[in-house]
Amino acid sequence: MKAYLTRRYLFSASHRLHSDAMSDTENALTYGKCNNPYGHGHNYRLDVTVSGGVDQATGMVCNLVDLDGFVQREILDRFDLENLNTRTEFSQTVPTTENLCLAIYDILQRGFTHAHLEKVRIEETMMNSFEYAGAAEIQP
Amino acid sequence: MVYLTRKAEFAASHYYHNPDFTPEENRRIFGKCNNPNGHGHNYTLEVTVKGEVDPRSGFVVDLRQLKEILNREVLDAMDHRFLNREVPEFSTRIPTTENLAIAIWQRLATKLNAAQLHRVRVYETPDLFVDFYGEA
Repeated sequence: MKAYLTRRYLFSASHRLHSDAMSDTENALTYGKCNNPYGHGHNYRLDVTVSGGVDQATGMVCNLVDLDGFVQREILDRFDLENLNTRTEFSQTVPTTENLCLAIYDILQRGFTHAHLEKVRIEETMMNSFEYAGAAEIQP
Repeated sequence: MVYLTRKAEFAASHYYHNPDFTPEENRRIFGKCNNPNGHGHNYTLEVTVKGEVDPRSGFVVDLRQLKEILNREVLDAMDHRFLNREVPEFSTRIPTTENLAIAIWQRLATKLNAAQLHRVRVYETPDLFVDFYGEA
């Protein structure tokens, strides 16, 4: 029996949306208030969805201790209360929430081995959210 | 195709224990959830059905009927119950949120006739939920 398990994590970080490939005018036009040189912050809400058969012996898709430990070590310790622009993950890309989704998906995809990674969803504010599932389609 | 989701809440207690494991294994794998006296949650259940909109009623499904089935099959059986002892499915399966989603799916799938069951989502806490789509 295949089930999908989603765990929610909270972290806070600051960022500035600015592309070196654009002129100052273009940056201001493209990113608006988010281009403010001093940056600004969000309380991000991250939903990690993993899937797999429910283990007969444990009743689990994966042990939450393993998922929580990995996310704490590899994602929250890396991004919580940090300025995203200063992180190596964003040395080449603008730390939009789209790119944050890709970066977090990549970290999980490479390192988390206890269950199949289904998708990553991030709410930047209550009004917007982003999802990434790699090459797979997102289940409605 | 339109997807309709009905939400319901219930409160229940449970504990995680596999009689095939040693007491040490049970404690190591299930941690605090292995406490035999159980502990409780306020569960939120979201049942999603799908179907075409009936041109005369404008409905995918009669909500009253869906609510009745939910009440009878799930809430009456599980609300304010000790899942391990009082819900038959969990005499042989551990009442994890995964198995709860599967049990609720199995209870509903045979009873819904107007619309097709699409997804059962069970929140154990606001930061943890399981989706089951009936996949083998």
